[in-house]
Amino acid sequence: MYLTKVEEQMLDGEQGEVVERCMRLLTRLGDVYEAEKMIPIGSVQVAGVSYKSVGDPGLEFLEDFASKGAKVRTLTYLNPAGMDLENWKVFGFPEDFAKKQMRIMEAFRSMGIVVTATCTPYLAGNLPRFREHIAWSESSAVSFSNSVIAARTNREGGPSALAAALVGRTPNHDLHQDENRKPNFVVKVDADMDASSDFGALGYIVGKTVKNGTPYFTGLPLDSNTDKLKALGAAMAASGAVALWYGEGLTPEAHLMDTNGLEVIEVGEQELKEAYEALTDGEHPDLVVIGCPHASLREIGEVADKLEGKTITKDLWVCTSRVMKEAADRMGYTDIIAKAGGKIVADTCMVVAPIEQMGFKTTGINSGKAAKYLPGFCKQKVVFANLDTLISEVE
Amino acid sequence: MLMHGRVISPGEAEGEALVSPEPIGFYGGIDYMTGIVIEKDHPLEGQNVQGKILVFPNAKGSTVGSYVVYALAKKETGPLAIINAQTEMIVATGAILGDVPTIDGIDINKIKTGDRLRVVAPLNDRVGTVEIL
Repeated sequence: MYLTKVEEQMLDGEQGEVVERCMRLLTRLGDVYEAEKMIPIGSVQVAGVSYKSVGDPGLEFLEDFASKGAKVRTLTYLNPAGMDLENWKVFGFPEDFAKKQMRIMEAFRSMGIVVTATCTPYLAGNLPRFREHIAWSESSAVSFSNSVIAARTNREGGPSALAAALVGRTPNHDLHQDENRKPNFVVKVDADMDASSDFGALGYIVGKTVKNGTPYFTGLPLDSNTDKLKALGAAMAASGAVALWYGEGLTPEAHLMDTNGLEVIEVGEQELKEAYEALTDGEHPDLVVIGCPHASLREIGEVADKLEGKTITKDLWVCTSRVMKEAADRMGYTDIIAKAGGKIVADTCMVVAPIEQMGFKTTGINSGKAAKYLPGFCKQKVVFANLDTLISEVE
Repeated sequence: MLMHGRVISPGEAEGEALVSPEPIGFYGGIDYMTGIVIEKDHPLEGQNVQGKILVFPNAKGSTVGSYVVYALAKKETGPLAIINAQTEMIVATGAILGDVPTIDGIDINKIKTGDRLRVVAPLNDRVGTVEIL
């Protein structure tokens, strides 16, 4: 791989040990993936923030970097933490877990990383430009930025994204290059796509089928908002490894793509119904969680609307970023949800929080991504349904 | 039988193959404290990857998987080596950081669970070998 003089100095250790290690990782990855050079990046999003995800090995790794004075060279945001960073005590997050989590946050902060803790950085102040090269790692955010914004990022691992932030560059390969961004499946959707969970169910089916392919959707309603597109991409990234998709009439570069001769997958009402069934293995949730990926203000408002004047008998969390939470506070949504017996939980989500340690056994969700992860990672039974059904379950 | 592939992460290992016909999601799919596959309905559910040569087509799921691959290596609960049809970034990063010998571009259908394998991934060569002993 071609390296500039500055990049060679980084690799030779002239800018310190951490920069050298980061460059070694990135150039090795670049060689593997046949990048011809490194390219500057406009922003980074780092996954692997929850203590539950990274454990002691991750914590030690991050503290080692921080203690050596590592500093990021581009706008860098973080994935959700394992708890609400301000209200963890109130919500019953375990204290020893909280201490380790705070050490992780401090390590990131000292490297100059914005300690936002969200899987939707694009809703919280890290919004890439059309065709901007970035290095993001949260799989749903990678899908959103590549597809809905048409920025360019590979699915980075947590450490490779951190390394990219610390040197301000990433190897130029795969989804950074236009020739690797062509669709290889057409998905014809012929179903009522109303609820966010419909998009999650569709994403679950398509991700499972195309694996790491690039699907091109036709038939999605042209008024589908970004909340629904975020749900679709998140589910495909969880059930498969989809990092890029196109939506006819919906995503910026779809009209530039040639879909002639591609394998066609048809998804109708029957397939969607089967997906709802496949994603459900429990009944009567003791916890309902909305906000995977993190809820937008509009989604929080929808929950508040449906809960206004009601009292729920089980736990209900709305997971979101601190930024959206503050707007929700100001709009009165937080109070409405609290009066009904629910909570807005910021900085974290049910997948990376230790909910199994908190006594929950069955979780109700409207997210295809969460439905895929909760059984393995949180030992939960799952009820996958739309928002109305979930709320009726806990009334 | 000797097969040639691409070196992702250098090193050498010899051991027993554990083959997954399906992709593996490391985050939420494997418990790094024990090495046990915990993904529901996965073909390897309940099996332990520790000390095995783990063979699978590619990784899927969360990108936090890199830290899991790294943690498996650091805790010595992970595989001795990894063989993929196609290694993507999640496994490559974890394997390079954790010094897990890794080769891809291998026809994994030729390998069966229980086969004794020798993996040679040279540091300064792009081509590595997987031998079924």
